[in-house]
Amino acid sequence: MSSKIDKNYHIISFEDVHKWFGNFHVLKGINITIDKGEVVVVFGPSGSGKSTFIRTINRLEEHQNGKITIDGIELTTDLKNIDAVRREVGMVFQSFNLFPHLTVRDNISLAPMKVRKWSRKEATRISDELLERVGISDQADKYPAQLSGGQQQRVAIARSLAMQPKIMLFDEPTSALDPEMIKEVLDVMKELASSGMTMVVVTHEMGFAREVADRLVMFDEGNIVESGSPEEIFENPKNDRTKLFLSQIL
Amino acid sequence: MITEQERSIFSITTSIYNWVRENLFSSPLNVLITLCVFPFAFYLFISSGDWILNKAEWDAITRNTRIFLIGQYPQSELWRIGTVAFITTNLLGISWHLKGVVFQRLSLIILVPLISVILIPPIFLDISIGLRSWFALVSMGFLLGYLLSKFQNLSTRVLLVSWSLSMIIDFILLRGIEGFGALPYVSTNEWGGLLLTFFLAIIGIMLSFPLGIFLALGRRSNLPFVKGACVIFIESIRAVPLVTLLFMTLIIVPLLLPEGWRLDRVGRAIAAITIFSGAYMAENVRGGLASVPVGQTEAAKALGLGPLLTTTLIVLPQALRNVIPAIVGQFISLFKDTSLVVIVGLLDLVGIGKAVVLGNVEYIDQQAEVYVFIAAVFWVFTFSMSYVSQIIERSLGVGDR
Ligand SMILES: Nc1ncnc2c1ncn2[C@@H]1O[C@H](COP(=O)(O)OP(=O)(O)O)[C@@H](O)[C@H]1O
Ligand SMILES: [Mg+2]
Repeated sequence: MSSKIDKNYHIISFEDVHKWFGNFHVLKGINITIDKGEVVVVFGPSGSGKSTFIRTINRLEEHQNGKITIDGIELTTDLKNIDAVRREVGMVFQSFNLFPHLTVRDNISLAPMKVRKWSRKEATRISDELLERVGISDQADKYPAQLSGGQQQRVAIARSLAMQPKIMLFDEPTSALDPEMIKEVLDVMKELASSGMTMVVVTHEMGFAREVADRLVMFDEGNIVESGSPEEIFENPKNDRTKLFLSQIL
Repeated sequence: MITEQERSIFSITTSIYNWVRENLFSSPLNVLITLCVFPFAFYLFISSGDWILNKAEWDAITRNTRIFLIGQYPQSELWRIGTVAFITTNLLGISWHLKGVVFQRLSLIILVPLISVILIPPIFLDISIGLRSWFALVSMGFLLGYLLSKFQNLSTRVLLVSWSLSMIIDFILLRGIEGFGALPYVSTNEWGGLLLTFFLAIIGIMLSFPLGIFLALGRRSNLPFVKGACVIFIESIRAVPLVTLLFMTLIIVPLLLPEGWRLDRVGRAIAAITIFSGAYMAENVRGGLASVPVGQTEAAKALGLGPLLTTTLIVLPQALRNVIPAIVGQFISLFKDTSLVVIVGLLDLVGIGKAVVLGNVEYIDQQAEVYVFIAAVFWVFTFSMSYVSQIIERSLGVGDR
């Protein structure tokens, strides 16, 4: 698992990052570097700032203090940098957020055509390839509403991959799914991890974390309170709140 | 033995019987309501039928059909109107094969009255042979287009371009070109009747729809100036009746336009209708925009789509489709509101009706007939619009997402 990681290249770097919603201090000085090819699982209590953290990586949320650098590009108010980062970072949401007025194939080929300026032919080829990869090539001409939750989330993953990102973000990708559909989505994510993709995954699927993650990061009240390999975190957590939280969810 | 025919009559009568039972006599209260309303409805039906067929005199309309249709448009230039109608029905025929039934139903709505007018014998319908032949020619336009579409299906994109082009050609044909002998200029002041009503409505819709979208987007802008300007515009226009706006544009527009520019009476009426309808359209579109979840914008952003692409490709299509009924409702009221231009001296369908009744002593007691006819024409078109909107809504699957 660790062979694919390039320890010399910090593709994501947070230096003392702070964020406020009004007076509410959501991120209280986040420091973390993530290596190229690394799979990081973020967990912690609800409201601890996990979503906010992951959304600052592609600037769906703006940070107010500190420095965020993604693949050498610093996130500032500079729109060019923001565009450049968003082209390299894919994101999968808890609620899928597929475009309901477009077919599955068009959902996937839209961004490559409009942002990367690929021809329709090329974009269609890529989207069919990706649908094959996530195991639903027979659904290309359907609309999202005609698919099951698990299938929709797999389309959402394919849609992000079509932009050929270097980093994939997942914000609780299986929380909105019926239990029997969780596995099909996690399987796709596992395959992606083993292909060498850098991934930041907010999830409470601890089986997935144990099997796939290179590192686990525990958030609490806007801080990273503990981080380490799955063995360290599961067998021998140091922080009391990590212990308490794990005992509640395991 | 029961013959096949008897069996089918039997099944029809039972189904009528069932319908009546379920819909009119399903509960004691329903029985009571049916018994009270039925004689009244029956009386209304019989007496209005009697009036339409026996008592009413329709020659105010049949003798003036041309004026009701096109107003004072010069008689020597009639072929131009015929050509425009021909192009339109022809395109309808060519579009027959398009997905969904919208174009098929639209064609029927237009063809059925046309063909019935041609076929009703002169003793019952006293209109000129010339007009009948024009109607026949226009119907042929449809048939030609239909045959063409059997021969070769044109793509949606080609058809969209054709329709847009035809609008421009129609306008040039109708208006003519100054100093060009073959197409002498016909001032829009001479356009009238149904032609003017259509012209006002179609141009009004084509301008107020995009205006409404821009205003609605402007109202959501982060720039305080843009937002403020849109809010003030929308709210002040909505606070004023259309009639007032019509008078205001009549007087104010010439003052605002630079020296040498002029906008004729019809142009000024269109300006008033457009800004009035645009303000209401903006509020409908705003409702649609609010109905699109933020997750859609976030997903688009995360894929690297910029604000312009996100709005045009992701947010607007969903927003508009969520408020189709409100948008079509606005189109329908715009269509009806065109009749207010009578007040600023234009002779649309209603204006012509008024002029015919008041201008001829012989028609003075056919006032009721004239207005019933105008009402029927308006009803046919507004009903068609809401009918087509329902088809579009259903084909887009609004509500089942
Ligand atoms: N747009 C927002 N405006 C104000 N408060 C917010 C906003 N988004 C999140 N919050 C608050 O920030 C805190 C952290 O939220 P979030 O990052 O979503 O937590 P998590 O994903 O760990 O559950 C929560 O208390 C939440 O209510
Ligand atoms: Mg969250």
